[in-house]
Amino acid sequence: MFDWVQNMADWIVFDLLNMQQGQHLAEALNFFIYDSVKILLLLFVVIFFMGMVNSYFPIEKVRNFLSRNKLYGLEYLMASLFGVVTPFCSCSSVPLFIGFVRGGIPLGVTFAFLITSPLVNEVAIGLFVGLFGLKITLIYVISGVLLGMAAGIILGKFKPERFLTPWVKEVIANAEREEEAFAAEKTPFKERLPIIWDEVMKILKGVVPYVMVGIAIGGLMHGYIPEGFFEKYMNKDNLFAVPIATILAVPMYSNASGILPVVQVLVSKGIPLGTAIAFMMGVVGLSLPEAMLLKKVMTLKLIGIFFGVVTLCIIISGYFFNIIL
Amino acid sequence: MRLAINFLKMKHIKILGTGCPKCKKTTALVEEAVKEAGVEATIEKVEDIMEIMKYNVLSTPVLVIDEKVTIKGRIPSKSEVIELLNG
Repeated sequence: MFDWVQNMADWIVFDLLNMQQGQHLAEALNFFIYDSVKILLLLFVVIFFMGMVNSYFPIEKVRNFLSRNKLYGLEYLMASLFGVVTPFCSCSSVPLFIGFVRGGIPLGVTFAFLITSPLVNEVAIGLFVGLFGLKITLIYVISGVLLGMAAGIILGKFKPERFLTPWVKEVIANAEREEEAFAAEKTPFKERLPIIWDEVMKILKGVVPYVMVGIAIGGLMHGYIPEGFFEKYMNKDNLFAVPIATILAVPMYSNASGILPVVQVLVSKGIPLGTAIAFMMGVVGLSLPEAMLLKKVMTLKLIGIFFGVVTLCIIISGYFFNIIL
Repeated sequence: MRLAINFLKMKHIKILGTGCPKCKKTTALVEEAVKEAGVEATIEKVEDIMEIMKYNVLSTPVLVIDEKVTIKGRIPSKSEVIELLNG
């Protein structure tokens, strides 16, 4: 599908710039051009698609659906699936949390949504397809959904209501099913499009600088680090690699889009994919700024349990990937 | 008398958000839009989460004009805000 991008990159580097094949700088530049064009295209497509889905299925509908339907356990899966198609900004996590519990949605289900939404988002999917291909992306998405579901169920078992801040407990006590008709329901596509387009451009503008820097660093490493370089140090038999990678990843957040291209190169140089995926899940899924915000609705103890459970689930899936991939 | 009429005509804008970059951008944009639209308006930033939740919104930033939620969960475009102010 992207042969033409490779041809274009070859033409620019070897014909237009007249560089020699096999030269480190030439290989790095070629890689940079190919990767950035391909990834920008994919990011555009995925973000646009998600924008469309979201325009017709906004967060209010998700809330109404989850608060209306009691699905005998399936609601965890549903919440997690909704998390995939609903964009999430960590600054919205508090209103979202309150809105969900006020709608009578159980805390575990709310957690399932809160975990999957940032973990499997449009930018991550776009980057994954571009860097690792469809199969790995699918594995990432499915395991992200299952992870959110599992962590939600586990967190629900902790009876997390105990650890909420007093005013949130009050909100839950007064919870009633609120249904809000979504005003923009009947907006025609022609009016939606400019808004979707606007959002797509804003998201792209936000991540592109990071992605480019990431690809540039990746490109350099690609040209200079020999194949299989890391296999000596970080192979699958090293049991500590997954937990260390995950824990290192949690504090990193804003530059997730820049880290992915680098990680891809690390994988091509011998770091096991499961370790890399665990690292990325830690980067995208958990963030300290989010934890700070959540302090308004939950006690530190619950935030600790929340992050602990999710980190543990990520580590387990990291091992799992290393076994099956 | 003039003053009272002006006050009645005045729009009361609230921007709800917990202080994230998106909310700051929205505030700056609304300030510009108000200037360009040439309408009289008060702009208030609401950062208190309990106050925000009274508007029953799930995502921020939110633009509230005269106590009505108009745009939620995204940064509006300037022309959109001007349209809402004149409407």
